[in-house]
Amino acid sequence: MKVTMPTVKEVYNSLWRRETKPSDWAQRSLLAIRGMDKQIGAFLTVEEDQVMANARRLDDAKSNHRMFGVPFALKDNICTAGQKTTAASRILENYIPPYSATVYQRLLDQSAVLMGKTNLDEFAMGSSTENSAYQKTRNPYNLERVPGGSSGGSAAAVAAGMVPFALGSDTGGSIRQPAAYCGVVGLKPTYGRVSRYGLIAFASSLDQIGPFTRNVEDAAFVLQAISGHDPMDSTSAPMDVDDYVTHIGDSIKGLRVGVVTDAATDGLHPGVQEAVDKAVQVLAQAGAEVVEVSLPHSVYAVATYYLVAPAEASSNLARYDGVRYGRRAAGESLLEMYERTRSEGFGLEVKRRIMIGTYALSSGYYDAYYLRAQQMRTLIRRDYDEAFERCDVIVTPTAPTPAFRFGENSDPLEMYLNDLYTIPANLAGLPGISVPCGLVDGLPVGMQLVGKAFDEKTLLQVAHAYEKLRGFEMPQPEVTL
Amino acid sequence: MNITEDVVKNVAKLARLAVSEEDAQKLAPELSEIISYAQQLQEVDLTDVPPTSHSLSLVNVMRPDIPSAGLTREEALKNAPDSDGAEIRVPAVLDV
Amino acid sequence: MSTQATFETVIGLEVHVELKTETKIFCGCKTTFGAPPNTNVCPVCLGHPGALPVLNRQAVDLAVKAAMALNCHINHDSKFDRKNYFYPDLPKGYQISQYDKPIGEHGFIEIEVGGETKRIGITRVHLEDDAGKSSHAADGTHTLVDYNRTGVPLIEIVSEPDIRSPEEARLYLEGIKAIMQYCDISDVRMEEGSLRCDANISLRPAGQKEFGQKTELKNMNSFRNVQRGLEYEVIRQTEVLSSGGEVSQETRRFDEASQTTVLMRTKEEAHDYRYFPDPDLVWLKIDFAWLDRLRESLPELPAAKRRRFITELGLPPYDAGVLTSDLALANYFEGVVKAGAEPKPASNWIMGDLLAYLNSSGQTIAQSPIPPGQLAGLLAEVANQTISGKQAKDVFQLMCGSGKDAKTVIKEQGLEQISDESALLPIIDEVIANNEKSVADYLNGKEKALGALVGQTMKATKGQANPGLVNKLLIKRLKERS
Repeated sequence: MKVTMPTVKEVYNSLWRRETKPSDWAQRSLLAIRGMDKQIGAFLTVEEDQVMANARRLDDAKSNHRMFGVPFALKDNICTAGQKTTAASRILENYIPPYSATVYQRLLDQSAVLMGKTNLDEFAMGSSTENSAYQKTRNPYNLERVPGGSSGGSAAAVAAGMVPFALGSDTGGSIRQPAAYCGVVGLKPTYGRVSRYGLIAFASSLDQIGPFTRNVEDAAFVLQAISGHDPMDSTSAPMDVDDYVTHIGDSIKGLRVGVVTDAATDGLHPGVQEAVDKAVQVLAQAGAEVVEVSLPHSVYAVATYYLVAPAEASSNLARYDGVRYGRRAAGESLLEMYERTRSEGFGLEVKRRIMIGTYALSSGYYDAYYLRAQQMRTLIRRDYDEAFERCDVIVTPTAPTPAFRFGENSDPLEMYLNDLYTIPANLAGLPGISVPCGLVDGLPVGMQLVGKAFDEKTLLQVAHAYEKLRGFEMPQPEVTL
Repeated sequence: MNITEDVVKNVAKLARLAVSEEDAQKLAPELSEIISYAQQLQEVDLTDVPPTSHSLSLVNVMRPDIPSAGLTREEALKNAPDSDGAEIRVPAVLDV
Repeated sequence: MSTQATFETVIGLEVHVELKTETKIFCGCKTTFGAPPNTNVCPVCLGHPGALPVLNRQAVDLAVKAAMALNCHINHDSKFDRKNYFYPDLPKGYQISQYDKPIGEHGFIEIEVGGETKRIGITRVHLEDDAGKSSHAADGTHTLVDYNRTGVPLIEIVSEPDIRSPEEARLYLEGIKAIMQYCDISDVRMEEGSLRCDANISLRPAGQKEFGQKTELKNMNSFRNVQRGLEYEVIRQTEVLSSGGEVSQETRRFDEASQTTVLMRTKEEAHDYRYFPDPDLVWLKIDFAWLDRLRESLPELPAAKRRRFITELGLPPYDAGVLTSDLALANYFEGVVKAGAEPKPASNWIMGDLLAYLNSSGQTIAQSPIPPGQLAGLLAEVANQTISGKQAKDVFQLMCGSGKDAKTVIKEQGLEQISDESALLPIIDEVIANNEKSVADYLNGKEKALGALVGQTMKATKGQANPGLVNKLLIKRLKERS
C-alpha cells in the first residue's frame, strides 16, 4: 500500500487529540519518502536516525505549539545548524552551517519535525530544478516533466504526499511556479514579512521564504508560524502579524478582484487561460466584484528582473571563494585558486547570471542597466499602487503553460520568459499565492493572486473561498512504487 | 547589444571565473541575447523616476552596541578547507 | 641640479579611523584589539551563506560626531553600498561602504603652519567595515588570515588636495587625531592600526594649475613616517621631473628600514568596484533631533581650546598649540592650573621637564608618575621660595623616581631654605668674625663687599640659607658694629 501524508491540519488535530504521537508521523513521512523519492528525487538529504530521534523526543512532550510534531521539509538553501546545506551547488557540497535560519529556528521552537532538505536549482537560479548540481527532481504528476523551480524539491515533496508542508524561497516565482506545476498551494509573502536570516541569498531585495501546502488553510497555518519581525534581518518588517487562520473562512462578498487587461499573452497556453477565466467566474459566484485593472509596465518586468537579480547575485555569490568554507580547488597562487574553485564549483546557469550581473554593474554600464532597472521597478510599483485603489487582489495565471519536459526549455532567455507572471510581484515586494485551478493535458495549472503589501490575510481569504467553491479536488498524483 | 568574447573574458576575470575559449564562444551570444532583451528598458522615458532599491519604506534599522555570543574558533574553522588551527590558510597572495 | 625648476607639492590624505565601539559595525562580535586569532567572529562577519548585517547605532553616532567635528555637512539621507573585490581577508567578497551618500561632506580642519592658520578641506567622511588581517609567510608559500578585525567600524576621511608639504601633512594628521581623541571617537593608535593613513602626492611646476601625475603612498605607520615618506617622495619626484622624466601612476610603500619609498604596484589594474546600494540594509535618515543630540555631546574641540588657552590663560600660541595637540596633555595642563599654578610656569614645566622625562622613559602623559596636583605643589614651592628654580629640577627628578610629593622630597633631602633667624645669626657672626677685610671694606662704604659676605654665608649653609634673609641679617649686624 502506498503511504502518503495528510494535511498539516489533519496531522495537528490527530496529535492534539493524542490519537497519535509525533514519532508515528515522522515514521510515516519517512516511509512515504522511502517509497516515492527514488522516482521523484525531491530530497537531497534525509537523516533518518536524526529525524526519528528528534520526533521521539517530542513523544512525551506537551503539545502546546501550533506546529507540534508536524513533519516538514526545507529547501536546501535554508541554513540548518549542524546539518548539511548545499544550495544544490558543488561549491557548498560539504558545508555544515554553524547557525540556523530564523524560519527553521521558529519551526523548531514550535516543535515541528524536520524530515530533510529538498532539491532546487543551484542557488535558486532556475525554473525547473534542472540546474541542481546533484539530481533531477521529477514532477509527481508526470515523471517526464519538470516540477518547476527553483523550489522544485519542496513542491514535489508536498505534491507527492511525502510531507504535509515544505518551505521554499521565491525570488521571481520560485515558490508559485513549482506550486502551479505540481498542483499544490504556494505562497510568497510580502517582502519583509518572513525573515531572510539564514536563507542563502540569491537576490537580496527580492528573495522571500514561503510555504508549500496541500491547501490554502495549511498555507495560513504555516505562514502564521514563520512570520514576524526578526532583529537579525534589517529588511524584516517591524509589524504585527495578522491572524491568518481564524478569519480564513470569512465571506469575500464585496471584495474586488482585479483582472489585468493589458497582461502579456505571449506563449500563454489557451488551456491555462481558460482555467483562470473559470476561476474568476468562481470568485464572482462567491460574491467578489470583478474589475478590470491595468499594469502597463509589467511587460518590462522580465527585463528588469534579469538585470536586478543577477546584479545582486553576482555580489552575493562573491563569498564562495574557497577560503572559509565549501569547496576549494588547488591553485599555485591565490588567483588560480579563486578562479578554479569558482569555475569548478558553480554550474553553468549560475556562472551565466554572475556574468550578466557583473556586466550590468561594471563601470560605464551601471546607469544604462542597473539604475534603469531600479527606476523601472518604481514604475511597476506605481502600477500596482494604482491598481490596488480599484481592487483588493489581482488575478493572473501563475505560469503560461503547464509543466514542460526535461530539456525542453534549453534557451536561457526562453526559460526566463516563463516567469513573466510571477516576477512583477517580487519587483514590487507584494504577496502572491498560486492555487491549483485545474488540469490541462492531465497536468496541474495554477491561478495566481497578488495582494496588497502585508495583506496576506485578504489574499488567503480569497484563495480559500475559491478553493472551497471551485467544485473539484486536485487528484493525488499516482507515483508508482 | 553585442557582447564579444573579449568582453566575456574581462567580465569573467572581474568575477574570478576561469573561462575557456570554448566557454567564451558559447557565453558571448547567450549574454548578448539576454542583454539585448534588457535593452528594451532604454525605450522608456525614465527621467526623474527615482530608483527603487527596496520595496520597503523602512529607514534607520539599527541595533544597540551590545556584544552577543559568536562562534568559538573551532566552530569558525570547522568548515575551512585549510587552516593552521588558529588562522585560515590560503595560497600566497601574489598580485590579486 | 643647479638648473632645477621649482615645483609645488600637492598632497591629499585618506585617513582611516577605527571607531571606539564595543561591537562590530554589522554584528555583535567584540572589537577588542589583540584577541587570539579568529575568536571575535560569527556567521555575519565571516560572511557565511545567509547571514545578514544589522547596523550598530553607536557606530553611526560616532561617525556623525566625527563628521560634525570636522565641520562637514551631514547628509540627512545616507546609505550603504557594496564595494566589490576579492581578497582573502574580505569574507563577503565586498566591503560595505558608502559611495554617493556618505555621512558627511564638504568639511575642513585648520592647522597652524609657519605661525599662520591654514584651512585643509575635507571632501567626505564615510562609514565602512574593516577587513581582516592577512599575514604573508616569509617564504612566500601561503598567507594566514585572522578575521577578528573584520567588521570593525571605520570611518574614512578623505582630504582635498590642499596640503602643500610633508610637514603640513603631518600637522593635518595630528589635527585629525586630536579631534578624534577629543570626541572619544577612536583610540587613534597608529601602532595598533586604529588610525591609518594613505597619501596621494604629486608635484607641479610652480604656478601651474593642473595637477601633476600622482603616486599613492601606503604603509606609513607613524606620524613621523608620514612626513618622512612624503619628504622622500618629494625628493624622488623632483629628481624624476628635473631630469626630464615622468612620474608614473603607481602605488609605493614606505620602507621603515631604508627610510625610502618602494614600488608596490605599477599601473593599477583598472579597479572596477561595481558599487551598488546594499540590498541587505536600509537607508539612514538623520534628522535634526538626532543631529542636535549629537551636537550637544561634542566636547570643546582642539581649536577652541587652543584659542581659550591663548586668550583666557595668556599662553603664547606655540605653547597653546603643543598643549592642545593631545587631549590628555591639555587635561593635564588644565589640572595643574586648576590646582593653583600659574599658566605659563605650568606650561614651561610640562613642555620642558615633564615631556622630556616621559619621552626618555617611553611613557605617555596618562602614565605620568607625577599627577597634576603634585606638579602644581612643586611649582608652589618655587613660587614661595622654599626652593630655588634650580633646586626644583632636582626635586622633580626625585619626585618622578619616588612618586612622593614635592614637600616630602624637599624635607627628606633637607633642601628647605634656612629662614630661621636664630639658626642663621650664629653663622653670620662667624662669617663676620672670619672676614675682617670684607667687613672693613663694607663699613668704609664699599657696598660691594656685602656680596662676598653673603657668598660666604651661603657657602657655610651649603646654599640652603634664604639669600634675602641673609642679606637683611648681615646688614643689621654690620650696622650694629658701626
